Amino acid sequence: MSEKELGKKWDRCLADGAIKFGTGLGLGIVFSVLFFKRHTWPISLCSGAGLGMAFSNCQNDLRSSYLLHRSQKVGLCNKTHSN
Amino acid sequence: YTAGGSSGAAKVVAAGLLTVGGGVGGTILYAKWDHKFRAAVENNVPYSDWLLGLALGPAYQGDIMKQVRMDSQHVWVIIADCFEKITGSEFLPHSEASAEASHIISAISEISTVPAPCDTESAVKGHCSPWSPSLSCFLSVSDCSAAVSASLEECLASSAKATLQAIGAQEAAVQAITQHIHKLKEAMEAEVPPPEKSSQWKDLEAALADRTSAVNDAETALLKAKEALDSLKSEIDKSKGLKVSAVRPLVLAAEENLHNMVVDLDRVVTKLQSAESESKIVSQYSDLVNEAKLQFQREVSSLTPEIQANWKGLTGKLSADDLNALIAHAHRRIDQLNRELAEQRVREQIHIDASLEQQKLEDQKALEKAVLTAVQHIKEDTRLEQERKLSELREVMEAEMRTQLRRQAAAHTDHVQDVLKVQEQELRADAEQVLGSKLLEQETSYRQLSQEQLDNFTLDMNTAYARLKGMEEAIDSHVVAEEEARKAHQLWLSVEALNYSLKMADADSPTMPLESAAQAVRDSCHDNDFALALATALPEESLQRGVYSEASLRARFNALRALVRRVALVDETHNSLYQYFLSYLQAALLFEAKQEAPPGQLCSEDLDPFRLLSYASFCLEHGDLELAAKLVNQLRGEARRVVEDWLTEARLTLETRQVVSLLSAYANAVGLGTTQAP
Repeated sequence: MSEKELGKKWDRCLADGAIKFGTGLGLGIVFSVLFFKRHTWPISLCSGAGLGMAFSNCQNDLRSSYLLHRSQKVGLCNKTHSN
Repeated sequence: YTAGGSSGAAKVVAAGLLTVGGGVGGTILYAKWDHKFRAAVENNVPYSDWLLGLALGPAYQGDIMKQVRMDSQHVWVIIADCFEKITGSEFLPHSEASAEASHIISAISEISTVPAPCDTESAVKGHCSPWSPSLSCFLSVSDCSAAVSASLEECLASSAKATLQAIGAQEAAVQAITQHIHKLKEAMEAEVPPPEKSSQWKDLEAALADRTSAVNDAETALLKAKEALDSLKSEIDKSKGLKVSAVRPLVLAAEENLHNMVVDLDRVVTKLQSAESESKIVSQYSDLVNEAKLQFQREVSSLTPEIQANWKGLTGKLSADDLNALIAHAHRRIDQLNRELAEQRVREQIHIDASLEQQKLEDQKALEKAVLTAVQHIKEDTRLEQERKLSELREVMEAEMRTQLRRQAAAHTDHVQDVLKVQEQELRADAEQVLGSKLLEQETSYRQLSQEQLDNFTLDMNTAYARLKGMEEAIDSHVVAEEEARKAHQLWLSVEALNYSLKMADADSPTMPLESAAQAVRDSCHDNDFALALATALPEESLQRGVYSEASLRARFNALRALVRRVALVDETHNSLYQYFLSYLQAALLFEAKQEAPPGQLCSEDLDPFRLLSYASFCLEHGDLELAAKLVNQLRGEARRVVEDWLTEARLTLETRQVVSLLSAYANAVGLGTTQAP
């Protein structure tokens, strides 16, 4: 049902966000631990990157319904001519 | 009062009894006098025959038969009376005339006589009651004649027998006499040796004995015959004394027989007498001869006393003297005899005359006797002849009378026949005329009636036919209408089922698939294009999956509303997350009326989602899904995307409902259309 779609999207978003955040966080932690001598900035970076990715995904996901695919694009001129 | 009443009642009772007794007595007396009345009473009134039998004695059949015969021959009796008058009663005595008339009646009408049960004595005494002379006498006469004829026949038979006997006896006597005479002659004249002579004389004696016995027998037989003839004669006289005509021929015949017998008897008697006379002569002669012989014998014996009889046989024993004496005696005797002969010759004429005279006398006597008897016989003959002629004449006259009467009767019958014919013709013509007219009437009336009937019948038939036709048409139309009604009903039912199935939706779950109901509807409207079109116009989804009920949609909408509020700001161009955040913020901060009545026309301000939602909510609350859907349809952007499904569902439901309502309206209309106006 269409009203559940948004909810699903938000679930996905959140899940994705959580995963990405967590993964970023983890990676950040890892990176920070490993490479960046326990600076917090890789953690926040990675988590932030993760969140950003999640955000972007979420947005895309939310927008996806408005996107037109190449196959769907049709010449308007033809249509008007045909009218 | 009571005394008077009782005496009055007694009087009434007495009067009644008197009347009844008088009636009964009168009836009995009249029945005694009139036998026909008696018969009628006996026939009609039960037990009257018993009563009348007690009072009067049995009504014997003879009277009744006489009555009947008299009735049936009343005409003939009249004729007989007429005849009597015509011929006159002096010709024949009254009873004989009536007897003649009855003869004629019997001859003409040829009735069979029934012997009356009355006895002959009473009939002979003249039991002829004045009112039926002819028939009763006739009937009694027939009876008497029968008796008389019987008696006559008896007498005749007996007398014939006796006469025959007598005749036979006489003949036998004659025979015996002739025999005797012959024997005597033989004995006297024949020259036979003495032993045979003695046998001859014995024969002669036997013949004599025979003769005497035969003569005696003849005598007795004659006496008997005479007796019988006398009795017959008396019988005949008696029957003649009855004066009954039917007996007359019998009497005549009897008399003739009597006469014949008498004649025969007399003849035989004369024969006998002649024979006797002859025998007398012969016996005289034989006596003379015997006497002469005796004389001679005596002479011879006197001459020769030692010679006994049968001297003819003693030829050898006689001596010459004896012989000479005998011869001399014989000569003397011859001489004597010659002298006597001469004397005789002389006296012969006188002797002859004397003997002739004697003979004449005897002849005269015999002649007289014979004449007498002949005269008697002739008298008798003539009388009989006369009687015969009389009877013949009577018969002839009777026959003539009969023919005359027959002619009269024939003439009468002819006349009656003619009259009857004429009458018959007249009556026939009349009757035929009447019959013809009546028949014509009947025919015409019958024809009329039949025509009427036919017309009526045709009319009835026509009306019946028309009615039948009307009825058939009505029935057909009824059938058709019923069929239509049935179909409509079916359609309506199916539509109702559809409707019901539409309504029977749980909350939050669609109805059952409407396929079956729709199929039912489709089935029930085969021939109806409109309904078919409608039925096929049901959306596929509703058929396969079913539709949501309004309540579920309402509920869903209520759930949706919040969502729509939250994504109100998101559309094709503004669909970032930030927008989302803003729309969420807006939703959190904006408060709109829960429900707001939508205006008649939407202006651009009304296209605000929140407004629309409130409008739609209001519509939904008021059950106007259509308007709500229309309003919801105005949503754009993400809100629109969010409510798309709901809208589709709503659209489906609306569609289905529309179709169903159309179908039901149609079914109702059709059902209404098929209902007959009272």
